[in-house]
Amino acid sequence: MEDTTTREAAWTRPPGGPHRQTVRLRVDGRDRTLEADTRTSLLDALRDGLGVMSPKKGCDHGQCGACTVLLDGSRSLACLSLAVAVDGSEVTTAAGLPTDGHLHPVQQAFLDADGLQCGYCTPGQVCSAIGVLAEAAAGHPSHVTADLDADVVLDAAEVSERMSGNLCRCGAYVGITEAVLRCASDAAASAASDPAAGGAR
Amino acid sequence: MRPFAYVRADDAAGAVATVAADPEAGFLGAGTNLVDHLKLDVERPGLLVDVSRLPLDAVEDVEGGGLRVGATVRNSALAADRRVRHDYPVLSQALLAGATGQLRNMATTAGNLLQRTRCVYFRDVTTPCAKREPGSGCSAIGGYTRYHAVLGASSHCIATHPSDMAVGMAVLDPVVVVLGPGGEKRIPFAELHRLPGDSPERDTVLEHGDLITHVEVPAYPAARNSAYRKVRDRASYAFALVSVAAVLEVTDGRVADVRLAFGGVAHRPWRALAAEELLRGQPATEETFRAAADAELAAAEPQPGNAFKVPMLRGAVVAVLRDLTTAAARAAGTGEDR
Repeated sequence: MEDTTTREAAWTRPPGGPHRQTVRLRVDGRDRTLEADTRTSLLDALRDGLGVMSPKKGCDHGQCGACTVLLDGSRSLACLSLAVAVDGSEVTTAAGLPTDGHLHPVQQAFLDADGLQCGYCTPGQVCSAIGVLAEAAAGHPSHVTADLDADVVLDAAEVSERMSGNLCRCGAYVGITEAVLRCASDAAASAASDPAAGGAR
Repeated sequence: MRPFAYVRADDAAGAVATVAADPEAGFLGAGTNLVDHLKLDVERPGLLVDVSRLPLDAVEDVEGGGLRVGATVRNSALAADRRVRHDYPVLSQALLAGATGQLRNMATTAGNLLQRTRCVYFRDVTTPCAKREPGSGCSAIGGYTRYHAVLGASSHCIATHPSDMAVGMAVLDPVVVVLGPGGEKRIPFAELHRLPGDSPERDTVLEHGDLITHVEVPAYPAARNSAYRKVRDRASYAFALVSVAAVLEVTDGRVADVRLAFGGVAHRPWRALAAEELLRGQPATEETFRAAADAELAAAEPQPGNAFKVPMLRGAVVAVLRDLTTAAARAAGTGEDR
């Protein structure tokens, strides 16, 4: 394992050679650039390269969901994406969700429904939950959707299935499911009062 | 991880030429499988040619029926496509049974077909594995075999193909369109994946530089009555112990048409042709279904750690065909087209 000094130097080394490339990302509303070894995952580029610490490294193999971010709006695993391959993309992490000092409604729902304990998995859970709500609003079915031709209605079984890629070792699943369901019913209510607004958020 | 060069492909032909010219080059799709293997040192390419942004991300109607699925169509997009959900529910269900929401948003159609085995020895470079290092033997035989093959294995390899989508596709008889250094090839789906034999390092018949560009799914009205059933160690986000894809058409209580494929039990999606042959024209009853499953499973050679798969698969076959028989009767009763 190289020491920290070497690693920081590596991030700032000028481009050159076939194994280093410039990566441009829009991260949480800010344009960012870094020179990265081609082997760098998006997760390592965010954390070690850009200091964006909200996405977490749990397993680093796509099995825990702690690194979940919204990549061009779609929930994705930062640990299994190569930074060079997502050059030019827009990345939203949980840290980029609040606006004007107010938490995103999904973040607030996690607090209100006790959807966390230690909080390590929470940034990934929140990003994943936003993806779940958008996918359901777009009518995407899941493994537990009984009728593939019918419209999708989120219930506890649907939320559990759709959130299965995010592990919580504190076991806050009951609160997490409740938080997502509250957001889904809020979205449905606002869509009913203003059909033009749609249910996606 | 071995250092590698990276280039983003401008077009399919250029990507094929670049990979074909370099024995150490490989294609990069979404990377959900490959990046994991890079980290594990299971894959050690010198050059990655990124094909994930090629304009192959459409699901197109084919004149006369059927769908032409681009190689980079994401699993979530294909599963949610209204035409797939209505005309080929087995494919939608198979896709939705695999992985997680995040992974399905990333993973591509072609990449899923080329997903590599989850055999723990293949993924552990400290153990011998003939699929990873030809000729080095099989650590799974006599080892941990819960996720391993019971059909079509060899003394060199008992690994299974992990894809759910591929099992769902197997009953639809698609054509896999491939661009290779010598031009376009059209490979019947049933011929794409190999059995291990004495060269388990080759999962498919594709040659170095071959790039899957499309999967053409033919029109098949019977597939409106189809289903995918997956049996696994937990309710979500686990690989199949066994799985069954089935299409069933019942006329006057008899099997008019049937297609069956199994997952989690062989080196490739296992098309159960013997069972299909036995079922055609027979009464659509549980007895017939069980006899057909037994006929297909007569050749099973389970390991001590996975003998449970034989009765489990028999049960899954009967359950799926029973459900599809009920669905067919209900559709006939209401005069629906499915």
